[in-house]
Amino acid sequence: MFRILGKEAIAHNVWKYVIAAPDVAKNTQPGQFVVLRLHERGERIPISISDWDGDAGTITLIVQAVGHTTQQLAEMNAGDHILDLLGPLGKPAVIEPVGTVVCIAGGVGTAIIYPEARRHQEVGNRVLTLIGARSREHLFYQEELAAISERVLVATDDGSYGHKGFVTDLLRQLIADGIHLDQVIAVGPIPMMEAVSELTKRHDIKTIVSLNPIMVDGTGMCGACRVRVGDEIKFCCIDGPEFDAHQVDFSSLLRRSQLYERSGASCNSTGNVEEGCGGQCHR
Amino acid sequence: MWWPVSQVDILGKQSTGKKGLERASMPTQPPEERIKNFGEVSLGYSPEIARREAARCLQCRHRPCVKGCPVGIDIPGFVRLIAEGDFAGAAAVIRQDNTLPAICGRVCPQEVQCESLCVLGRKGQPVAIGNLERFAADWERETRGGAAGRTVKVNGKKKGKVAVVGSGPASLTAAAELNRLGYQVTIFEALHTPGGVLAYGIPEFRLPKDILAHEFQQLERQGVELRTNVLIGSTLTVDDLFAQGFQAVFLGTGAGLPNLLGIPGEDLNGVYTANEFLTRVNLMRAYLYPQVDTPLYLGKRVVVIGGGNTAMDAARTAVRLGSKVMVVYRRSRENLPARREEVLHAEEEGVEFRFLTSPTAIRGDEQGWVEAIQCVNMELGEPTENGRQGVKPIAGSEHWLPADSVIVAIGQGPTPIISRTTPGLETGLHGVLKVAPETFMTSREGVFAAGDIITGGATVIKAMGGGKKAAQAIDRYLRNKNSRLINQSMSEG
Ligand SMILES: Cc1cc2nc3c(=O)[nH]c(=O)nc-3n(C[C@H](O)[C@H](O)[C@H](O)COP(=O)(O)OP(=O)(O)OC[C@H]3O[C@@H](n4cnc5c(N)ncnc54)[C@H](O)[C@@H]3O)c2cc1C
Ligand SMILES: Cc1cc2nc3c(=O)[nH]c(=O)nc-3n(C[C@H](O)[C@H](O)[C@H](O)COP(=O)(O)OP(=O)(O)OC[C@H]3O[C@@H](n4cnc5c(N)ncnc54)[C@H](O)[C@@H]3O)c2cc1C
Ligand code: SF4
Ligand code: SF4
Ligand code: FES
Repeated sequence: MFRILGKEAIAHNVWKYVIAAPDVAKNTQPGQFVVLRLHERGERIPISISDWDGDAGTITLIVQAVGHTTQQLAEMNAGDHILDLLGPLGKPAVIEPVGTVVCIAGGVGTAIIYPEARRHQEVGNRVLTLIGARSREHLFYQEELAAISERVLVATDDGSYGHKGFVTDLLRQLIADGIHLDQVIAVGPIPMMEAVSELTKRHDIKTIVSLNPIMVDGTGMCGACRVRVGDEIKFCCIDGPEFDAHQVDFSSLLRRSQLYERSGASCNSTGNVEEGCGGQCHR
Repeated sequence: MWWPVSQVDILGKQSTGKKGLERASMPTQPPEERIKNFGEVSLGYSPEIARREAARCLQCRHRPCVKGCPVGIDIPGFVRLIAEGDFAGAAAVIRQDNTLPAICGRVCPQEVQCESLCVLGRKGQPVAIGNLERFAADWERETRGGAAGRTVKVNGKKKGKVAVVGSGPASLTAAAELNRLGYQVTIFEALHTPGGVLAYGIPEFRLPKDILAHEFQQLERQGVELRTNVLIGSTLTVDDLFAQGFQAVFLGTGAGLPNLLGIPGEDLNGVYTANEFLTRVNLMRAYLYPQVDTPLYLGKRVVVIGGGNTAMDAARTAVRLGSKVMVVYRRSRENLPARREEVLHAEEEGVEFRFLTSPTAIRGDEQGWVEAIQCVNMELGEPTENGRQGVKPIAGSEHWLPADSVIVAIGQGPTPIISRTTPGLETGLHGVLKVAPETFMTSREGVFAAGDIITGGATVIKAMGGGKKAAQAIDRYLRNKNSRLINQSMSEG
């Protein structure tokens, strides 16, 4: 049992949880995630570890309520217990001094990118952060990211904050301004990551994406999370979740993430797009 | 408990043993009933049937059957006690060599192990050793609650702490043996439910989960600690375990990484590995959706690729979810690696088999869902190096079979998590861990391994046999080491 120590609403439909998980907290590195199950009849769902404190034995999760399980989690409060929580899972992100790094987050991807952006800053990289959201009320973590970034630029679909449009517009602008970009990291809805990848491919900028396929066990046992990267099939939970964006087959990823729409379960992996992030930016 | 419904003799042949008795068939749920539920198919012998079957045994002096059992159970010994009506005694005899008889009696491939060497099998049908083993174990559990009938020595002072990683049959056996030898044992399991393949792979209708739960209760009652939700190599590394004071580590992490076909269309929606499909159903109970939160889409026509136990389990599970199922296997019927009973049960349940057929591509509809699978016919060729008959595709025989889902069940290999994060751990072909033959020690001192992680996908009883031997090797290692340490400190002091 994993006790929820604190819960806080940080944006529309987005909650931040601090959870007691001492072993997980001790060994987490940026880019890793947990798989949790709320109760006996619950589903196992993957959530990134967006912060951790090894000494206090706690981890921080940021969860957007999009579907069945995440909505049940939204109804839980400090003092409640999560039945099962496994982690840290996935390969840690490879973070080295490279120069200028652009961190691009769409929607709840902001939670996932934060620990990585922070580590980039710690290793001495210059961090530029671009956040995309549907509207002002969907934005979060701006101050946290501002504290470690040289610049934070925001795009909203409805123009209620920052640039009206998509994060790719902001990235295009950075490139047009002639800033030399050594690396781009994009985390968010699949169409957003694909659009970023296409843009950076044209400009030959190394780009990493953090993928979120459907998962079951998270330990390399079921193959549900398989993604095509280059000529190979990779298991996202043990080979990822981060991959070279220019090698990822996004169309297959998008298709597989729509798995549950047919079975009648409300799936939201693509719905995250609808939940706002600059996701519809296709091109 | 209830008895005969349909008396399906799973071996088909008739035979007589001592006193002119025929092999007692296993009472089963009738096929038309059982395809509508997940209840156990084989219902078990009644005491009368068990005694009658046991009476067929000739009590051979040279005990050929025992050589066929990977853990060397005293088969004539326990069978005789059943014949005499001393069921508790029979269970006790079995327990000397096998800690999980209720499970082995159900899932061992007896026809290639103990029963294959039974002398009665030469002219007719072998003694139903597996069924009898299951009977004795079930009787013990149901009438004595298991542990009550078993005396458990709990040494006040423990010899030391040993970590057991994974909770499949190899780990279960190693933990029980180490505990018996006087060590404080902690099991670390990654999933939320212990049992390994016994929990997430083998379905309820073949191995009821309360039997497994019972075994873990016993272990915990005997003082073994069980920690779920711990992925060794990630949550804690092997080095962390040593740092926490464990003096030896046993790795029984199995072969969970599913193989894929490597054909076009394998990433379409509706293509599952057997592990994903079975995990959703067995571990997550997706068949109860929406009462549980894990969904599963299968569709009307399901094609299962493969011919092992995993393929049979997937096929028969899909039947129970209401699908029409075809098993596609590249070799001939005689080569099916699955237990014979499972194949016969699958056929009774309406599973269709296509032998000498191999998949070449999967096609999807506009939404990216499986629509059909292309197969090619195979012909028998030269024997391969492992002695099996080779097969090769017949040119031009490609054809499409309609399918709404495809389940791939073509074997598993070890997952790389532990070998990636444990410096100095050597792996062999397909990522199995290398161990020294007698000691079961890996290339890392104090780290031992057994079960599928060292053999690749094998059987429950082989994993158990390995787990037990490894536990004994750990005991020898720790006793040696400790006496070395004592000698050292004496000579230094
Ligand atoms: C590595 C990884 C990290 C993630 N990190 C976060 C995070 O930090 N915060 C956050 O809010 N979300 C994160 N997600 C997405 C999160 O897992 C899904 O939102 C969640 O599974 C949806 O479950 P549901 O039951 O609420 O939705 P439903 O739509 O009811 O889900 C139905 C089923 O589809 C699957 N599913 C649906 N959407 C996704 C998705 N996007 N990714 C994977 N599986 C999905 C689930 O298995 C679920 O059982 C991450 C996903 C991955 C793979
Ligand atoms: C569907 C199916 C049906 C089968 N049917 C039969 C049958 O009828 N008869 C038969 O004899 N054999 C059968 N087998 C084969 C048999 O189940 C295996 O050979 C046996 O289970 C191997 O046991 P094991 O203890 O080595 O590993 P497993 O049973 O695979 O258990 C390994 C356990 O370790 C855990 N684990 C893995 N990595 C880690 C880690 N890093 N940290 C913590 N925990 C970890 C896993 O989650 C798992 O629970 C079947 C196999 C399958 C898949
Ligand atoms: S454990 Fe398996 S092989 Fe050994 S006697 Fe029992 S059924 Fe036969
Ligand atoms: S070989 Fe068969 S008949 Fe002989 S002792 Fe073994 S079980 Fe009995
Ligand atoms: S989630 Fe099962 S293999 Fe990755």
